[in-house]
Amino acid sequence: MQKLLLLGDEAIAQGAIDGGISGFYAYPGTPSTEIMEYAQHSKEVKEKGIHAIWSANEKTAVESAIGMSYAGKRAMAQMKHVGLNVAADAFINASITGVNGGLIIVAADDPSMHSSQNEQDSRFYGDFALIPILEPCDQQEAYDMAYNGFELSEKFNVPVLLRLTTRLAHSRAGVSTYEKKEQLKGSLPKDPRQFVLLPSIARRNYKRLLEMQPAIIKDSEESKYNKYIDAPDKSLGIVACGIAYNYLMEIFNGNCTYPVVKISQYPIPEKHLRKLRNECSSILVLEDGYPFVERQLRGFFNEGIEIKGRLTGDLPRDGELNPNLVAKALGRELCEGQQTPEIVKMRPPSLCMGCGHRDVYNALNEALAEYGDGRVFSDIGCYTLGALPPFNAINSCVDMGASITMAIGAADAGLVPSVAVIGDSTFTHSGMTGLLDAVIKNSPIVVIISDNSTTGMTGGQESSAKGRIVDICKGIGVHPDHIRVINPLKKNHEENVAIIKEELAYNGLSVIIPQRECIQTAVRNKKAAKK
Amino acid sequence: MKTDIILAGVGGQGILTIAATIGMAAVNKNLYLKQSEVHGMSQRGGDVQSHLRISDTPIYSDLIPKGCADIILSVEPMEGMRYLSYLKQDGYLITNSVPFNNIPDYPEMDELMKVLESIPRKIILDADSIAKDTGNARASNIVMLGAAVPFLGMSLEDLEGGIKSLFGRKGEEIVELNIKALRAGYEFTKSKM
Repeated sequence: MQKLLLLGDEAIAQGAIDGGISGFYAYPGTPSTEIMEYAQHSKEVKEKGIHAIWSANEKTAVESAIGMSYAGKRAMAQMKHVGLNVAADAFINASITGVNGGLIIVAADDPSMHSSQNEQDSRFYGDFALIPILEPCDQQEAYDMAYNGFELSEKFNVPVLLRLTTRLAHSRAGVSTYEKKEQLKGSLPKDPRQFVLLPSIARRNYKRLLEMQPAIIKDSEESKYNKYIDAPDKSLGIVACGIAYNYLMEIFNGNCTYPVVKISQYPIPEKHLRKLRNECSSILVLEDGYPFVERQLRGFFNEGIEIKGRLTGDLPRDGELNPNLVAKALGRELCEGQQTPEIVKMRPPSLCMGCGHRDVYNALNEALAEYGDGRVFSDIGCYTLGALPPFNAINSCVDMGASITMAIGAADAGLVPSVAVIGDSTFTHSGMTGLLDAVIKNSPIVVIISDNSTTGMTGGQESSAKGRIVDICKGIGVHPDHIRVINPLKKNHEENVAIIKEELAYNGLSVIIPQRECIQTAVRNKKAAKK
Repeated sequence: MKTDIILAGVGGQGILTIAATIGMAAVNKNLYLKQSEVHGMSQRGGDVQSHLRISDTPIYSDLIPKGCADIILSVEPMEGMRYLSYLKQDGYLITNSVPFNNIPDYPEMDELMKVLESIPRKIILDADSIAKDTGNARASNIVMLGAAVPFLGMSLEDLEGGIKSLFGRKGEEIVELNIKALRAGYEFTKSKM
């Protein structure tokens, strides 16, 4: 047994490697990115020929993982919570097809929105798909769950959702590893039509999934990750899910005076919860994310014993938990800290000095001045920071790819010209289909694909768009006269403003591609070249 | 022993290197360790912090509760003060005095220093100049780490071991430069106590 110092994300990757995985599939997204990065840097992954290459988006990642499972090998697809929205179609249907090789879907949620546009709770997706959900409380459980998750998936013939939150994903601790399992040899599904979701087959598969539910619940009740921990004071029973268990133990220094049900595997372990309800006079639910368990315990009529949690104001309705919030919900005040002086000012993130997006926004703002504000739709990436001063350059950031399609809709409504600003990686993630819509109606919009040849915000991962954008735009049908490649440098400012102005004046679809390497990856690549 | 440390700075200033060095030293000593970091959007020039906990008994929470940190170690004078609500009443703020000014409303330096001076327990040093004097201008974060050593519950030798483990593959010269920076920071604090 070897002990490694790993982030929660890295523990998942190592657990999967040791658990006999054959393929990692993912699109970068905070806080899930480091799972794939760890796999890509692992010598073992290279030696064993394990697949670890970024996919174009989360949907293609999950579908490829389903394909590997079909072929009888173990696969994992990793994404941030909103990535699961993109992959939802594949994800939900994978519970109907079932699996052949074990399949784990990892969703890393971001309560408090450290680096996201919402704080949706992926446990609802797992519930929706009727599959087991694993939620580690620490790095060791993260490793264990990835290590054993493939077998859980194979046992019930369903994918398994592994859900964690930012704090665990990005926190490091010691992890003990186990004996390495061999990869599966690969085999076709016993039933050749298992993955053919024609209605007649889907109905049969769905019934099988429903019939499996009692066994899946029983597995949760018997899971080593779920525990009933008895204690003398029955005035309160505590349900602690995932990482919330650690905050609880922190406050009681490992010895909680109230009975606790620790939950790290769902569906909720009914047996433990029934016992807690029967023995305690009230219940406090601690969970990071939405009141998922709390709502189930409360039920529609909320009759029975008092249940406290996020819905009662004992804990805040939004934002991530922390030890202080948990202590307060228990009526235990922790020691007071010192006051933060008023002189401390906010320091929001900003585009790096020397970043090409800066030059793009400077040119765009100048070119658009004659048309007035409020017509720039943007997307998800570093360039979203163009919404902040000094640029104040964009008016939307909704979901991956929405810049182009929102510009189309706004132009349809008469806002002409409308402009879309999208990054290269986001363009190949979800922008290409929208561009096809624009080609078909020749929408009077200007699409700016700000190409820094990397997935920048998440730390500079390989972009599927690298070196391909012009050809993709031509292939989709954008007229070559209105595909303009520019170099966003200060010295080209006047020229770039003139080109943007020309295309804004054109009553049809234009694509402008400012191309300059990300300043972060440029510095890194230069260093690497020196070596 | 148990030490709870808040590391503070601006994205890109190298607080994760400090965390990794302490982490290596802790692992070499078979101590328990939890260290949470900030990745993603805030790394782009925004304020960043890391919670680092080391102990000879198991650690539960990845986050340090407010009011419980033993020290705040900051590589920037305003950033350390941002997290004072985490610092226990008799805890120390150890901070670099050199500002990182990338916002339009950064406070006037003399006012900022006045507030900083009013904090009861603090060590303030110009880590950038000290780093330059040791011949490695880029090691101001390691100078800051050195200045914090007397508060970490580990010895200077432990931390030197951490530097060897972390920088070893970059060559002997890099290791030596960083150890020099570490010692310079350590000497500064020693002279103030």
